[in-house]
Amino acid sequence: MPAAHNLLTLPDPLPLDGGGVLERAEIAFETYGELAPDKSNAILICHALTGDQYVAGAHPVTGKPGWWERMVGPGKPVDTDRFHVICPNVIGSCMGSTGPASPGPNGAPLAMRFPVITIRDMVRGAIALLDALGITQLHAVVGGSMGGMQALSLAANWPGRAARVLAIATTARHSAQNIAFHEVGRQAIMADPGWNGGEYYAGAAPAAGLAVARMAAHITYLSEDGLTEKFGRNLQAKADGTAGAKSFGFDADFQVESYLRHQGSGFTKRFDANSYLYITRAMDYFDLAEEHGGLLAEAFAGAGARFCVVSFDSDWLYPTAESRHLVHALNAAGAPVSFVELSAPHGHDSFLLEVPALDRVVAGFLG
Amino acid sequence: MSSLRPDLAVIAARIAPDTRVLDVGCGDGALLGSLRDAKRVDARGMEIDAALVAECVARGLSVVQGDAERDLADYPDGAFDYAVLGQTLQTAQRPDLLLGELLRVGRTAFVSFPNFAHWRTRAALLWGGRMPVTRALPVSWYETRNIHHVTVADFEALAGAMGVAIRRRWFFSGGKRLAGSGANWRAEFALFELSR
Repeated sequence: MPAAHNLLTLPDPLPLDGGGVLERAEIAFETYGELAPDKSNAILICHALTGDQYVAGAHPVTGKPGWWERMVGPGKPVDTDRFHVICPNVIGSCMGSTGPASPGPNGAPLAMRFPVITIRDMVRGAIALLDALGITQLHAVVGGSMGGMQALSLAANWPGRAARVLAIATTARHSAQNIAFHEVGRQAIMADPGWNGGEYYAGAAPAAGLAVARMAAHITYLSEDGLTEKFGRNLQAKADGTAGAKSFGFDADFQVESYLRHQGSGFTKRFDANSYLYITRAMDYFDLAEEHGGLLAEAFAGAGARFCVVSFDSDWLYPTAESRHLVHALNAAGAPVSFVELSAPHGHDSFLLEVPALDRVVAGFLG
Repeated sequence: MSSLRPDLAVIAARIAPDTRVLDVGCGDGALLGSLRDAKRVDARGMEIDAALVAECVARGLSVVQGDAERDLADYPDGAFDYAVLGQTLQTAQRPDLLLGELLRVGRTAFVSFPNFAHWRTRAALLWGGRMPVTRALPVSWYETRNIHHVTVADFEALAGAMGVAIRRRWFFSGGKRLAGSGANWRAEFALFELSR
């Protein structure tokens, strides 16, 4: 990876839920828009599992637009003409923040010696970054999917830090089905001989295993209707441009197969397999109620923020029922909460895609 | 507040400043917005239509998408000073249970509804022999959301049977307030202020 990421080395050791600490942890981050002189206009955006700090603008590694380019920028729903947006790369990831690919004391990558982290540890890292930047009060914390988990964790564990909490297409706990899909991905990585117990940084990465993990996960991000509409049972055209036909073999005959293979192999060029193991583990461990004596409402008892929860009707990864569960707890805690289930065809990925109603909700909620 | 529907304007005038209000079936949030801006009320809403909820959130209101008959159960007892049910009672599967829930979460409730015993409705049924389509009830029987038509007298009887105290009542016709006499004949819409 190029070393051009914007980095801050945390001055203090970062304590972890697992018991250890990260010494001299580095947080890679990007900012957009000017910070007001009174530092009152900061919005923390938290990224999803395979996201990173490059919310808007060209991504330095892939050259593609930032992952929330359509939501964040001048005049956009998260308006960088008015707000100062901060997006850190989560610890455990691979876009500059300390993670399993970072060097250990002997200079070799930590690999599986990197400690298992939690969503709260990721937020602890983001809070330490905000402290270092002198930002004591957030106008809002915003996130979709795993980013939403971080937003909720911040509200529950650092009450008063954010005035507004916007949690999109997310959940307060990983379900058995969520954990099961992640375990398929992890086992695919670990079954790749190239994984080698995580010690692959000197040679070839376990790309085949990571690609399969991504393919399985990618299916969970889309809706069945979306897949049917996009691909149906259509056959993939041949390389020479002639119409597709069944090969009576195991090539990617169907367009959906070709698409998934493309998604899988593209992913391996930008993501570290060990980071995938650690971050999926953190998500599986996430259960906000468990952290607060088993009662989700307790998690938000002193939150002191306004909440907005958004789900999508075609999202079966974190379905609307999970958002309702969350809203129920927020109501029980007496927190000011808005909730809307938006209709969108794209499944879980709807939060990243063209959904005009989401733009209106985000802009209106942020004020 | 002059742009508010007549029943909502009365409710807005009755609600004390700096209180907590839940508007059940809050639509585009007109009442909530007015209460927040004019009376610093902690105004919350519940609305079943996602597009209207999005509109409310875009106005900076705290509104939850939900079905009142299922989701009022989420709120603790006495969570609000006032609970408002504006022209929604007659769309409920069980108006009696909804009324009970309303007075569980709110210490005071405002309930408004179209009066099915208005003389136009009676006349349409008596002389036409058909389900009335009137100014107050403009939708045909097969597509109306009003599944439990109710009259002023019916509502007062239900309140009595449930032990609910009627604090005040207002009646409307043609967008104007009416005096109370002969209300079951003369009122197109009724509004009640209730408490346990």
